[in-house]
Amino acid sequence: MTTTTSTTVARKPLDWRRLALHAGCLAALLVMLYPLAWLLATSLKPANEVIASLNLLPGKLEWSNYKTALDGVNDVSVTRLLTNSLLIAGGAVVGNVISCSLAAYAFARLRFRFRGPLFAFMIATIMLPHHAVLIPQYIIFNQLGMVNTYWPLILPKFLATEAFFVFLIVQFMRGLPRELEEAARIDGCGPFRSFFSVILPLTRPALITTAIFTFIWTWNDFFTQLIYLFSPEKFTLTLALRSFVDASSTSAFGPMFAMSVIALLPIVLFFLAFQRFLVEGMANSGIKG
Amino acid sequence: MTTTQTKAAVRPQADVPKKPVRRRREGAAWVFLSPWVLGACVLTLLPMAVSLYLSFTDYDLFNAPNWVGLRNYTQMFTEDPRYWRSVGATLTYVVIAVPLQLGLALAVALALKTMRRGRAFYRSAFYAPSLLGASMSIALVWRAIFNDGGTVDNLFGTGGWVNKPGWALFAVALLTVWQFGAPMVIFLAGLQQIPGELYEAAEVDGASRWRQFLSITVPMLSPVIFFNLVLQTIQAFQVFTPAFAVSAGKGGPADSTLFYTLYLYDRGFVASHMGYASAMAWVLLIAIGAVTAVLFRTSRSWVFYASEGDR
Repeated sequence: MTTTTSTTVARKPLDWRRLALHAGCLAALLVMLYPLAWLLATSLKPANEVIASLNLLPGKLEWSNYKTALDGVNDVSVTRLLTNSLLIAGGAVVGNVISCSLAAYAFARLRFRFRGPLFAFMIATIMLPHHAVLIPQYIIFNQLGMVNTYWPLILPKFLATEAFFVFLIVQFMRGLPRELEEAARIDGCGPFRSFFSVILPLTRPALITTAIFTFIWTWNDFFTQLIYLFSPEKFTLTLALRSFVDASSTSAFGPMFAMSVIALLPIVLFFLAFQRFLVEGMANSGIKG
Repeated sequence: MTTTQTKAAVRPQADVPKKPVRRRREGAAWVFLSPWVLGACVLTLLPMAVSLYLSFTDYDLFNAPNWVGLRNYTQMFTEDPRYWRSVGATLTYVVIAVPLQLGLALAVALALKTMRRGRAFYRSAFYAPSLLGASMSIALVWRAIFNDGGTVDNLFGTGGWVNKPGWALFAVALLTVWQFGAPMVIFLAGLQQIPGELYEAAEVDGASRWRQFLSITVPMLSPVIFFNLVLQTIQAFQVFTPAFAVSAGKGGPADSTLFYTLYLYDRGFVASHMGYASAMAWVLLIAIGAVTAVLFRTSRSWVFYASEGDR
């Protein structure tokens, strides 16, 4: 009898604490989601409502904002901008997955001279500020006549320049049992066969993480696109949004934010579809580092 | 197939085939590494060397570089007030944004750790802004919310932050804080690795929660705190998009959001002073290297590696 009363007494304050915790988290979540709600609401507001009212909900849904946004910017349609963005992000994904997994396999599993120093160098390049190499890279691509093409945005990804992903895949491959390759070697597999038929299929989770992060980061990238692309018909969604930056009048607000919503949509969809990979991938990057 | 079988049969008697096999494996390693080696040489090492050279020249992309010695550096350090304003803005931003972001990330991770139901949901939901926050879309939203007549102005009556020199930087810093999800996820993963027995033992000894936090959580989590601190600091030094959007690419008002990268872009790609911009890039590289080195140096006194304690 006494034990049951003591447990109920002990449990009660605990429930309050948990309730407060949930209430706090929920409140924080609402604050955090506010900018997104604001974006969605503003994309549907008529011009005169944007600044005038604090009311988040539009008085009248102005779908024409989206119609205007679909016409695009500088006579380039949104479909074109979307295709350009997809092309760059897609190319970057393919490049990163191929080149980073190749390099990662060598670092994780093969023996070669200077492996230690090269690995340390690779890790150091994760911290290298992009701006230190940017200007000469620009000059190189300029010499090659590649400025205002997509090559400067895609080609580096095929050369495993994003060391973060090499590191991510190395960490994953180190976790795979070595017996697998030894078995493959006894069966007569060389390093290439065992990479393609044994290791690569098992590395799939890390490759998916690499692919999704590459897609999202390339999609959001602004700086590189800003310096390399200048013809409006080659612009991406991000660059097209940029042309709104200079316009300070609020009359363009509706279409501008409608286009912003369109630009965020792929990321939101990717997040909803792959959130487990993204969260786990991020979590693992820190633990083993 | 038959050759490998005979090789396997021969191996126990003679060690002859071993060496060529190893050499072939070494060759294979270089094949796997070749894209990375090419990238490291052509897109990292060579550019670094070239930009070091260019930093001692006057170069506008069209005419051949003209050697000017240390002039870019002396001009930068002694004659360019905008340069120092950009250094000031960047440092202020790093010092405000990184501790706030990591503090919030740690607090939320600690809260979520004790949660039994809903943890996965909150973890994902809080993480989402880290993916969206770097985009131009959100930067534009930020500018509108913190502008005159925007939400913040209406709520607090402070006027728009992005038009006030003292406040604009803070609006950008809040955008960084908003993206606390990525370090939070890393903190949470770190917290879950701390063995529960440590807390049970402390409980038995009558340690308060605060005491447990200071004596167990902080030291056990210190490698993860360190990792996040280094990573977020390096990233904060390189922020570009929100400052560009908030100030229409100009770093205003009164150069208060003229981040280092923004000024570098302005000098190099708007004003075509590639030599000057290269000098700026090298100073940034050295500064980030120095900050990282200092962080690593101080880490010896406060970062605790469990495996070292065993020895």
